[in-house]
Amino acid sequence: MSTRLAKGGRLLDRSKPLNFTFNGTPLRGFLGDTLASALLGSGKTLLGRSFKYHRPRGLVASGVEEPNVLVNLGRNARLEPDQRATTTELFEGAEAASQNHWPSLEFDIGEINDKISKLFPAGFYYKTFMAPKWAWKHLFEPVIRQAAGLGAAPKEADPDRYEQTYAFCDVLVAGGGVAGLAAALAEAKAGKRVMVMEQTAFWGGRAPVDGGTIDGLAPDEWVRNAIEALEKMENVQLFTRTMVSGLYNHGYVIGYQRVADHTPGDGRPRHRLWRIRAGLVITATGALERPLAFAGNDVPGVMLASAVRDYLVNWAVSPGDRVVIVTNNDDAYRTALAVLDAGLSVPVVIDARDSVTGALPMAVKARGVRVLEGRGVAKVLGRKAVTGVEICAQAGEGGVIETVACDCVAMSGGWSPVVHLFSHVGGKLIWDEAGAMFRPDATRPPIKADGTALARAVGAANGALTLDALCAEAGLAAQVEPEAPLAPVWVMPAGAKEALKFKAFLDYQNDVKVSDVQLAAREGYTSVEHTKRYTTLGMASDQGKLSNINGLAILSDALGQAIPQTGTTTFRPPYTPISFGAVAAEAKGEIFQPLRRTPMHGWHEAKGAHWEPVGLWRRPYCYPRSGESHRDAVNREITNTRTNVGLLDASTLGKIVVKGPDAGRFLDMLYTGMMSTLPVGKCRYGIMCNENGFLMDDGVVVRLSEDSWLCHTTSGGAEHIHAWMEDWLQCEWWDWKVYTANLTEQYAQVAVVGPKARAVLEKLGGMDVSKEALPFMSLAEGTLGGFPARVFRISFSGELSYEIAVPANMGLAFWEALNAAGAEFGAMPYGTEALHVMRAEKGFIMIGDETDGTVIPQDLNLGWAISKKKDDYLGKRAQARVEMARPDRWRLVGLETIDGTVLPDGVYAVAEGHNANGQRNTQGRVTSTYWSPTLKKGIAMGLVVNGPERMGEVLDFPGDGGGVHKVKIVDPCFYDKEGEKANV
Amino acid sequence: MSEAMSALKGETHTGFATVAEAGLTGMVTIRADLADPALAAALAPLGLTVPALRQVTAAGGRSLGWMSPDELLLVCGYDEAPGLAATLATALAESHALVVNVSDMRARFTVSGAKAREVMMKLCPLDFATLPVMEMRRTRAAQVAVALWRSGADEISLVCFRSVATYVMGLLEVSSRRGGEIF
Repeated sequence: MSTRLAKGGRLLDRSKPLNFTFNGTPLRGFLGDTLASALLGSGKTLLGRSFKYHRPRGLVASGVEEPNVLVNLGRNARLEPDQRATTTELFEGAEAASQNHWPSLEFDIGEINDKISKLFPAGFYYKTFMAPKWAWKHLFEPVIRQAAGLGAAPKEADPDRYEQTYAFCDVLVAGGGVAGLAAALAEAKAGKRVMVMEQTAFWGGRAPVDGGTIDGLAPDEWVRNAIEALEKMENVQLFTRTMVSGLYNHGYVIGYQRVADHTPGDGRPRHRLWRIRAGLVITATGALERPLAFAGNDVPGVMLASAVRDYLVNWAVSPGDRVVIVTNNDDAYRTALAVLDAGLSVPVVIDARDSVTGALPMAVKARGVRVLEGRGVAKVLGRKAVTGVEICAQAGEGGVIETVACDCVAMSGGWSPVVHLFSHVGGKLIWDEAGAMFRPDATRPPIKADGTALARAVGAANGALTLDALCAEAGLAAQVEPEAPLAPVWVMPAGAKEALKFKAFLDYQNDVKVSDVQLAAREGYTSVEHTKRYTTLGMASDQGKLSNINGLAILSDALGQAIPQTGTTTFRPPYTPISFGAVAAEAKGEIFQPLRRTPMHGWHEAKGAHWEPVGLWRRPYCYPRSGESHRDAVNREITNTRTNVGLLDASTLGKIVVKGPDAGRFLDMLYTGMMSTLPVGKCRYGIMCNENGFLMDDGVVVRLSEDSWLCHTTSGGAEHIHAWMEDWLQCEWWDWKVYTANLTEQYAQVAVVGPKARAVLEKLGGMDVSKEALPFMSLAEGTLGGFPARVFRISFSGELSYEIAVPANMGLAFWEALNAAGAEFGAMPYGTEALHVMRAEKGFIMIGDETDGTVIPQDLNLGWAISKKKDDYLGKRAQARVEMARPDRWRLVGLETIDGTVLPDGVYAVAEGHNANGQRNTQGRVTSTYWSPTLKKGIAMGLVVNGPERMGEVLDFPGDGGGVHKVKIVDPCFYDKEGEKANV
Repeated sequence: MSEAMSALKGETHTGFATVAEAGLTGMVTIRADLADPALAAALAPLGLTVPALRQVTAAGGRSLGWMSPDELLLVCGYDEAPGLAATLATALAESHALVVNVSDMRARFTVSGAKAREVMMKLCPLDFATLPVMEMRRTRAAQVAVALWRSGADEISLVCFRSVATYVMGLLEVSSRRGGEIF
């Protein structure tokens, strides 16, 4: 039984009690507690159920490596699953609940899995759910998904705020223990810009618990002095509760700051993700203690030796009255001393080494504790709590020599340096035989572009596990008890029988046992990466912090090879899980993505526009009136435009000005047509192809002056075409004298379209917009209704049409003035769908409908827009290729169903015969299809083999459900082919 | 002349720093050979000199920022911009240059206060601690392009395209909320 001790607890503030609940039971802890220490201090040792076998589990560790005690924290919108109790700071009102059991933690139906655990060996899923094939998707996977997973996902939106921050420094120190602080002091004194990030809320790391002196000071005191010194330095920034999560190429580092996890709802951002560019990363990330693999090493009450003394010293929590120590090294004897110092008892120390003579063991012996040499744990007794241990010879198979009663087992299998950051971008490790550990190879660090080191490991993270070793490395003087070498122990006892190995856990979180890794080796898994995935060793949210070295040592043994030959699995960021909230940061709700708004956006919104996304713009698709369907709204807008006058917000159209002595020559290369001969003040339709000859963009080009042109692009194409122009000017034709500027957003542009368009502009007044003064395809500049305006006589609808550009800041006022002036003429706004239908009625192509990146202008009968007089233009050479010049390419035609209905979009016309895949051959496809309210029938455009030569032919277009649409090939221009309406 | 309206009509929020849309601002893009003596001569009547790499020069309430090796941005009064653009274009008529009034295509913001840079640190991958006053950067704020310069000891000026002004104000507002101070 665990309990809170009456005194002590270096991190506790006993004057500040905190209330919290666990599975609904009210409990109490103190400021400075973690959820784990508070639970243990409240006598709670059974804290969860394991993932696969639903075995009772308790705390194993005291930090980031804890595999078992993950809880559901909070409720409703603030519910968060899988929160690690050892890294969750206690706060007032915390609500925690254990996971992975039903109906309760104490009585869990799933425990049946443990009884029949022999049925669930490594690779169980792969072996079992093979057949029948359909069953995986429909039966096995749904059932397994239901059974798997630990915590419950929240069902409400996260109410908290998250953010990211960019930072730059010369040196980033990861870890605020003695080694990290010593390195930070040295770098800061050398004038470097230093950031220090410590994942916990406290500075100092392990040293204050483990003891010794640094430069004659107790570790706590030395740490306090170091922090004081660093805080005074302008060039140093210190962060607690901030984990260095990952190291990436070129010194890019992700830090994860838990700003307000311990003060939920206080209005601060909950987490902050740091995106840092560091010149050098010093990894001072310490080391993690390894468990020992003996039967029952997962029974609640079996803990890491270091965790036992952490709970005692840091939080004044006794994990048990009778603590048996089992170890292969001297360091664990510190735990025996801590237990004794707390007034508790150590019935026995079980040491796997044959001879134990170190200073620490001697000190323990001197206090009357029995130390057994060459012994191991055969088995832990108890199920929901430790009741005792059976002791055996470490060299044997597990024959019980004696049984000792206890309620806690503190185990230590040695230490593994935390090499994660060093390894994230390719730092190499070496196997240290003496320490039985992988440590960073300083001669092969991760490197920067210039070949210099990106990271340097110091302290325990560098394999300097003892205070004297890490102080020597940092140039400090330390005094601490010397430690005798450890003896590597990967399985306890060495010859453990199957039954024991079956309950000797390596990966607590994924329930992977010694027997599973050995089975994988027998089944032919020789690569550690494959074994990891087959057994799931190290694949849980703790990423194998406790289990990986033990697992690969056992694999090496089973394969009969040395540990370095087996190697490690790949270390990948993040070091511990980070929140999705921090990754998403500000990008949610209204600012999830930039939404581009025209100056008239708010007006459209107020009028209830139905939106169409066009790139990041929103354009009104139509303006439905009360009770009106979108379809009806579109038809009304078209009919009104064709009979009265319609207004279109065309501000999104790309507008790029091109100026210079070589501008005409430049545009002649970009467009297929001739733009250099365009007279000043005139407009010409132009099309652009890429180097492969495919149609890329189109729009009206206007000559503004002798040496400047204005190029209109599609709404989605403005940025791309501007970049395309600059690419050619900067990289290929760098000696051509041409400047461009993307003026798309400088102007609000409105299309005033319909037979009464001129009347509306005349009502506004200020410019002569008559046919004589402003003929079709020309430009006039002036003041219209008080607005400085450029008026283009261009038409995409076939009607009399003006497109008017005014400064964007006057766009809304101009739009409102047009609506007011147009009221008496029946003016109505129209949206993009009406625009689409009207252009289709005229047989005008639309980039993205008639083109899809495989269509050349010739396919669309746009030969007239390709100048025959030019030597070259972008795409010309490609269009001369055999495939492009083939006579039987699919080409643009109009399509009309025999019965007048609307063809489905995207359907294909079938031809005789079948292809190699047994599919019907095809001879054409629909590219645009609409109901034409003007013609009162369905109209479509499509690409058909030899289409223009086959006018009047009827093709079969199979639709959904077995029906076939009979479709006649017609001229694509359905409306006013002579163009009289636009030219009035 | 009709009344012009800036994208956000001067919207302002005050958290741990003040973020404000700066209202109507005149802007003129100048593309030219920055070493062309004609450019220096054209700017001289305004008291402005051609800024060096990434610098911003200022005179008479106007500023001139370095945007690229062949582009400058003149920031001036909204009403004077068309006239200034025309004057400069005339002065550069004999050179290869493009001068164009772009006052309407951007929105300008100011972020001010002792902790102004902490707002911007959350949005732009820039080292604000070492950004000198009157130095310009073209970068991004979250997902959109921006140009910014430190227009004072405790003030950062920023321009973005007009269409994303609402988005940028959303970024600035949330990033300047109280409780979000970094240091």
